[in-house]
Amino acid sequence: MIDTLRLTAEEAAELIASGEVSAAELHSIYLVAIAERDPELHAYLATVGEAELDGVPIALKDVISTKGVETTAGSKILAGYVPVADSTVAARCKDAGLPLLGKTNLDEFAMGSSTENSAYGPTRNPWDPERVPGGSSGGSAAAVAAGLAPWALGSDTGGSIKQPAALCGLVGLRPTYGTVSRSGIVAFASSLDQVGPITKTVRDSARLYEIIAGRDPEDSTTVDLPEPVAIPDAEDLKGLRIGVPKELNEAEGIEPGVSEAVNRAIELCRELGAEVGETTLPRSVEYGLPCYYLIAPSEASSNLARYDGVRYGPRVGNGDIRAMYERTRDAGFGDEPKRRVMLGTYALSAGYYEAYYGQAQKVRTIIRQEFAAALEQFDLLVSPTSPTVAFPLGARTDNPLAMYLSDVLAIPPNMAGLPGLSIPCGLSEGLPVGLQLIGPQFSENLLFRAGHALERALEFDFVPERLR
Amino acid sequence: MSWEPVIGLEIHVHLKTRTKMFCRCQLEYGAAENTRTCPVCLAHPGALPVPNGRAVEMTILLGLALECAIAERAIFHRKHYFYPDLPKGYQISQYDEPLCVDGKLPLATAEGDVAVGIVRAHLEEDAAKNVHMGGAAGRISGADRTLVDFNRAGTPLVEIVTAPDIHSAEHAKRFLQMLRQTVVELGISDAEMEKGSLRFDVNVSVRPEGSHELRTRTELKNMNSFNFAAKGIDREIQRQIAVYESGGAVEQETMHFDPGNEAAPPLRSKEEARDYRYLPEPDLVPLEPPRELVERLRAELPELPGARVRRLTAEVGFELAEGLVTSGRDRLFERVGGERREIANVLMNQFAATGIDPAVVNAEELAKLIEARERIPRQAFTEALAASGDEGFSAERYLGDGQITEAGDLEPLVDQVLAANPEQVESYRAGKEGLLGFLVGQVMKETQGRANPKLVNKLLREKLKS
Repeated sequence: MIDTLRLTAEEAAELIASGEVSAAELHSIYLVAIAERDPELHAYLATVGEAELDGVPIALKDVISTKGVETTAGSKILAGYVPVADSTVAARCKDAGLPLLGKTNLDEFAMGSSTENSAYGPTRNPWDPERVPGGSSGGSAAAVAAGLAPWALGSDTGGSIKQPAALCGLVGLRPTYGTVSRSGIVAFASSLDQVGPITKTVRDSARLYEIIAGRDPEDSTTVDLPEPVAIPDAEDLKGLRIGVPKELNEAEGIEPGVSEAVNRAIELCRELGAEVGETTLPRSVEYGLPCYYLIAPSEASSNLARYDGVRYGPRVGNGDIRAMYERTRDAGFGDEPKRRVMLGTYALSAGYYEAYYGQAQKVRTIIRQEFAAALEQFDLLVSPTSPTVAFPLGARTDNPLAMYLSDVLAIPPNMAGLPGLSIPCGLSEGLPVGLQLIGPQFSENLLFRAGHALERALEFDFVPERLR
Repeated sequence: MSWEPVIGLEIHVHLKTRTKMFCRCQLEYGAAENTRTCPVCLAHPGALPVPNGRAVEMTILLGLALECAIAERAIFHRKHYFYPDLPKGYQISQYDEPLCVDGKLPLATAEGDVAVGIVRAHLEEDAAKNVHMGGAAGRISGADRTLVDFNRAGTPLVEIVTAPDIHSAEHAKRFLQMLRQTVVELGISDAEMEKGSLRFDVNVSVRPEGSHELRTRTELKNMNSFNFAAKGIDREIQRQIAVYESGGAVEQETMHFDPGNEAAPPLRSKEEARDYRYLPEPDLVPLEPPRELVERLRAELPELPGARVRRLTAEVGFELAEGLVTSGRDRLFERVGGERREIANVLMNQFAATGIDPAVVNAEELAKLIEARERIPRQAFTEALAASGDEGFSAERYLGDGQITEAGDLEPLVDQVLAANPEQVESYRAGKEGLLGFLVGQVMKETQGRANPKLVNKLLREKLKS
């Protein structure tokens, strides 16, 4: 009897390879699990009935275009939209033989930190269904944590992979900007969006990253990986210098339980042979979030302009074109996209551009330089991924600023274009705590190596306690 | 007071690439609606632009022809506005870091060169085409619905902006002709106004002669020929002068001409200050044309039309030289041997009237024909010119080579014609002398145009008298 709650993608691949289970059987085993547990969690927006490929099935966040399978980005404005082509990452998953299990829930257009902004209803956290799974890739995280998918892809603009992975006790990789194609990914903020794996183990993360990464001629901003992906097997951290940025670890709002778990993990780094020291990012943490909330909404206001009811998606009204645009967009977008479109439109307006978007880009350069300086001294930096553990549904929905602060620690390295790996490092109040590992550009192999060694030593049980 | 017009032009030219600017859809004028589209040019979610390298090269080539500096780093920007022909809600264009800047086109005139500054030439994508249904002649006023054809969406487009260095409608027209000829010869565009592959807007203001101020300008749109433009500009200049002279002030506004009716007064609209919310295009990396590429393209530059006008002016005078070059007949002119002014005149008059593509003409045969022009009948010459573009055209059969100039050879034929047309002969003798032409024609017909018409005339008169 296969226990999908425990099964990692690597183990699933071995079961298929040894003939113990066929890909089709495995696919249906997951569909049974979905039928059983997803009504409570609502991780999926849609499932695919049959496996047409012979590999380990995968769930894809619903910003990832899938040929012939509805892709809504969690928005009413894309209800019924069926892509005519696969995104590059979906095509690469197919090429690697991974059958599609389904499309996972998310905050509308990936805008949010709790998956409560989905136009199709929230997703719940498998560790505690009264709490959020984080977001915006909350559906992907909940699906993997609840054994409803062996692995999944999410997308991360300002923490949308790392934070839900942390809140659901999983491994989440936000890759270096430019290593994974954005072609066919419903755009939120183009200069920050990046697709990455949400998995139970660091090795699964490396395997999935290996499948999706690499230059894509369809995305001019992608590059070749400087070295092949190495599947990690290190057991120690000998020779590594690990920096603990003061501001990322002592930021206001970090729960004591989170700090304790992270500090234990840092102590463990020492025990595993790493050289650990303190470092500082004085401006990155203070300005990272405000700067992000200028750049991301500005780009979002531009990227969401195409949803006008002319070519696809629902249309409200006819006749006067202005009125049609307004009614279609009013009915199609939820509050959060509207809020960000308004913020971004304002920030890009003539006379404000230099003060807002232009200034934010300058600050972004400073953030990049600060991280580069810290990473001269250290191979990796560590911090909590999220200041808190999973919070109750509704706790932050009335206060956008409180919701935005969920990503205060995840955002700064994103602004610098750096990769980040979140691994579970313990529990606080019975809920998972994520440890964020940050490396230089293209240091994914190093992140995998360190993450794997720590994961082994931490022995975190990724199956939610109430489901064991 | 005398007034000086100040004119600046903005010209849009479609590039003649095989595929669109940011996707691989084929460019084909006249293809069935919405059959040259893909997720990129229809702005489906997640579709990303990939720049057309050939379009970048063509723009650089034009920039070099216009003596521009080619940027070491150029940026694409998003220019936002909502309209059904703009699928993404923004146009990918260039803003403060265009590909080509700071050039000039020395405009050859009868009084010598007038340098017209080129502020910039940048690369962008064209919008789709709105087709207004139910109204008159596809115009928006009175239409009851609008359909959109996305075949044109994403066509590579170069925008060329001149400095306000032009001071007459005539020079504006000549500039447009010369620029058009330049892009056609560079092989980067068909630049055909009727297909929309060349479009332009004109900014016009006037100022007291001798002053250097720039007064409020108006923008003229939708003029679909260079002659139309010259008339429209003149009319606008006169209007502005009249406004100032009556103590009024010119307001900043746009004049929309009716392309179907030159005589119609333009529709005037207030120019609203639009906020395009320019954003550096995050889906594209900066264009950094390698210096070797720029130098290779520079080496590929042919002799430009302006230079040829100057060269040919020495041979045939400015008017003919400019006419030959802007009509694309100068290459043929240079291949046809003979008296230069005569050749030029024939090419710009009788030959021009035939509408034959000069490129297909056999220059040697044409030279023979023009050389014999005085010796052969006018009608035969015209017929010969009309056939000069035909494959295997030979001047021989039209030339006096076969011309019958001996009275002895023609007399039997003349007698034969007179015998065959007794009624006409009788009427002539009764005083209807106009019938001589008919009889000459009959003889010419019998000789397939080879008879010397003067001789035929003489012989007929003599015989009819007797």
